Amino acid sequence: MPEYMLLLYAPEVDEAERQQEDRWADMPLWLEVTESLRKAGLLVANGPLHSVATATTVRVRDGDTEVTDGPFAVTKEVLAGYYVLDCADLDEALHHAARMPTARDGSVEVRPLMGMSEIPAPGQAPASPT
Amino acid sequence: MSGRNGPGSGMAGPAAMAAARAFREERAAVLATLIRYVGDFQLAEDAVQDAFEAALAAWRRDGVPENSGAWITVTARRRAIDLLRRDRSVSDRAERLAALLRLDQQEHPSMTEASAIADDRLRLIFTCCHPALDMPARVALTLRTLGGLTTGEIARAFLVAEPTMGKRIVRAKRKIADAHIPYRVPAGEELPDRLLGVLRVVYLIFNEGYSASDGDRLVRGELCDEAIRLGRLVCELMPDDAEAWGLLALMLLHDARSAARVDGHGSYVALQEQDRSLWDRDRIREGLRALERAVRFGSPGQYQLQAAITALHLRASDGDATAWAQIATLYGALGKLSPSPVVELNHAAAVGFAHGAHAGLELLGPLLGDPALERYQPLYATHAELLRRAGDLAGALRAYERAIGLSANAVERAELERRLETLAVG
Repeated sequence: MPEYMLLLYAPEVDEAERQQEDRWADMPLWLEVTESLRKAGLLVANGPLHSVATATTVRVRDGDTEVTDGPFAVTKEVLAGYYVLDCADLDEALHHAARMPTARDGSVEVRPLMGMSEIPAPGQAPASPT
Repeated sequence: MSGRNGPGSGMAGPAAMAAARAFREERAAVLATLIRYVGDFQLAEDAVQDAFEAALAAWRRDGVPENSGAWITVTARRRAIDLLRRDRSVSDRAERLAALLRLDQQEHPSMTEASAIADDRLRLIFTCCHPALDMPARVALTLRTLGGLTTGEIARAFLVAEPTMGKRIVRAKRKIADAHIPYRVPAGEELPDRLLGVLRVVYLIFNEGYSASDGDRLVRGELCDEAIRLGRLVCELMPDDAEAWGLLALMLLHDARSAARVDGHGSYVALQEQDRSLWDRDRIREGLRALERAVRFGSPGQYQLQAAITALHLRASDGDATAWAQIATLYGALGKLSPSPVVELNHAAAVGFAHGAHAGLELLGPLLGDPALERYQPLYATHAELLRRAGDLAGALRAYERAIGLSANAVERAELERRLETLAVG
């Protein structure tokens, strides 16, 4: 079965302003979703990320490494956590993405993980788009 | 690969004509079934493409076989077996090869295979119209895969360069493969939404052809034909869906008037001024039959309502208050089902024509303050017409002037100016 990464993008919040009760309000939902994915044998890995302020982006251009403070793209929504799920197909992954509480006030990006067999062998040209 | 033209382009002769006809009529079904066996869009498409090229050469040499569809099916399958033997990247390659070889050894396809083939096309429609693909990709892929158009024709119809369209289609196919978008008719609760998504793609293809104001008219006309063909296919495959029949009816009833919509100078002709002898009676009959069939399910939807409104417009003359009352009722229902300021405007106009200008003006009033319609010319043209009927000539004058100021189209502006002058004389 293909694996999918669910990238959870949430609106950025100022932690200092965030009410304690607010922070825990979605907790039962998170537990429910995570536990049911684990029981169904779909859960490969998951985890929350530290705030976007801790992000560093690395690019190498012409041999020079550029390190910039911050995430890849500065938007109103930030990558807040992830799940890796083992699903039959994209529809199943989309179904579970919609169950994430983040889907309601943020977005969930779904990306298929590349299997070893899908990685082009050295010297093998990728299919050309013509 | 997908940039290649279909067989028969620029050639004549019985073999080329048979190949072109087979391409149009059989390609989608052959491709859909082959995709089920090989599980890979691109590989299946390459095999089918090669089969059509082989057909052209073989049919020229040996004559056109009696069952050209079966010839293509068998050739494409054998080609797929060859390709599959060489392509190690396809998952479950051994199982898929074995299944294809088994199929190839059967003398006659069984009856269950025939019904499976219909299901294959339905699955493929849902794949091509999957919401994980962006709308332009859905439209292009549906036309390329299930329609009879080549990449070049699709590119011309959408006024983009052929390589751009080719890339759009290739990217979509790659996403289907890499993200494992399933070949499946969505189950239960998912189905209604996904089917609406399919109908939306088909209607978008139709509108692109129908509302063409520029570009290659001939190719644009083909978009309408393709959309109607796809609409018929969806009805054939999902005969119990009221909205599928509603959409088919809507497209047929609009398309029936396409010859009368444009005069000898290429200018738009409004419905009431159209030469009705130019209407396509067969299309109207088929459209009305589809609408009757849709309505029998007793589950109204936006396409059925729009088709019913169009059907009434075809019958109604300007002074026909009964028809306008029915149209008003239908617009009211449509507004509840899929609310939009434009539907409300049409509702107000219909109410005005059916129940008197004052009733129409009452409904139109709130729309005059709607920012979404602030620069919408038909709002002021309708306002002017209703004010004129209500006897407020000064108000009508102002509204006509506003409509004229917003009109970007010379023919439309001339018509509004003509109405304004009648107002001044009368």
